[in-house]
Amino acid sequence: MTGEAIAFYVLGVITIASGLVVVTSPNIVHSAVALIPAFLGVTGLYVLLNAEFVAVIQVLIYAGAITVLMLFVIMLTEGGTGTRLRQRNEQGPLGATVAGAMAALLITVATHTAWATGAGTLPRYGATAIGLSFLGPNLLVFEGTSIVLLVSLVGAIIIARKEE
Amino acid sequence: MPWYLELLRAIIGTILIFSAVALIGVMFGVLLERKISGWIQSRLGPKHVGPQGLLQTLADTLKLLQKEYIVPRNADVVVFATAVLVVPLAALLDYVVIPFGNTRSGPIIFRDLNVGIVYFAATSSLTVVGILMAGWGSNNKYALLGGLRSAAQMVSYEIPMGLALVTIGLLAGSLSTVSIVNAQARFWYILSQPVSFLIFLTAAVAEVNRTPFDLVEAESELVAGYFSEYSGMRFALFQLGEYGEMFAMAAMAVTLFLGGWHGPWLPPVVWFVVKVYALIFAFMWVRWTYPRFRIDQLLNFSWKVLIPVGLLNLVVTAFVVMVLRQ
Repeated sequence: MTGEAIAFYVLGVITIASGLVVVTSPNIVHSAVALIPAFLGVTGLYVLLNAEFVAVIQVLIYAGAITVLMLFVIMLTEGGTGTRLRQRNEQGPLGATVAGAMAALLITVATHTAWATGAGTLPRYGATAIGLSFLGPNLLVFEGTSIVLLVSLVGAIIIARKEE
Repeated sequence: MPWYLELLRAIIGTILIFSAVALIGVMFGVLLERKISGWIQSRLGPKHVGPQGLLQTLADTLKLLQKEYIVPRNADVVVFATAVLVVPLAALLDYVVIPFGNTRSGPIIFRDLNVGIVYFAATSSLTVVGILMAGWGSNNKYALLGGLRSAAQMVSYEIPMGLALVTIGLLAGSLSTVSIVNAQARFWYILSQPVSFLIFLTAAVAEVNRTPFDLVEAESELVAGYFSEYSGMRFALFQLGEYGEMFAMAAMAVTLFLGGWHGPWLPPVVWFVVKVYALIFAFMWVRWTYPRFRIDQLLNFSWKVLIPVGLLNLVVTAFVVMVLRQ
């Protein structure tokens, strides 16, 4: 087995195991904390794919900021610090059916696709290429995202200032 | 290079960084802190263990190693114990992209990532996860308040720090730390970017939770904040994380603004260490001369002063780089 394969399986186990803790733990803070190794495992997969910029952004945004905001909100709300919260409801079988169908679909697609495995050179990749792509061919998507973010920012401010 | 050699290199690198940070950064840093605070407050500082108190931190470390591990009865044991590992680990990860010096065969750096300064921003922001875990896991209201303050503070001060990093990246035309140092061979960025330098230093002091921004562990309000409940070596590991982070911030400031290893006559590594310790002295000076801010002042200062000024600085720099230079 190559080093890359070993690294892939180790990272996969880390990601899936932490993901299981996220969905099964009765303690909501444990769930939020377990998101971090899951995100870091995905970061490792990005590094394996030579996508350094995406990997670093994953750590910066997901592991460093989003999880912190989640923990912050959980600790500020009253019910969140209670350790035993019910994580399941009566829709369990329905959810399991949907998840199973989704998994079956993904596996079918993955096994039936003729993946191009030929030797080729990777496209020129890096922060510069991503920036040029955002401000060139994908400008509309980029601007659309920024408008969505602006709207959510304004919405957050309006909610926060409700008492006046 | 085969993968097991890479792995070996990573392990040896980790051990090297850990011992260097623990010995040069933390143990000597704590001694320096106590000596400088003594000097600023007209006291003598540690004096009895070893010549001029030089071995005081060593004695303290040995004492901490022998102490009992105390876990509070209602603590969340798993979170409480893992928090100790997260803080120093996040600090150690910062050192991967810091160029310590230059030799004929290339710069001394663990990995010259082409996204170096973004990597630094990402790893230095991981500390807060450990602090929040410690604050919550201790099941103590003072620790929890410390953790919450830390989260608010870090999220606010990451943005001005990011703006300062981006400005320098724009000026150097690269996100790699080695290229940024090379771009400063004749002209340090502190001269062309004094505003960014001040923003970076302020945000760095806030990110490492030192006075005047040490609300996270404000001893007159919160006992010791998030590490109130930790004893023995676990307490020492938090200290290691904190001082390691401070040295990493100083080293990054040297890399970005003070020309890294560049300097006349002396060897590059010596220049780097001299500059880092000059900044560390400045951090300690600030710590022992200014009083603490209130939490609202702290957050207002970031959102209403540092971020607008940082954005303006970024726009002006972008204008100069893109329009005036071409």
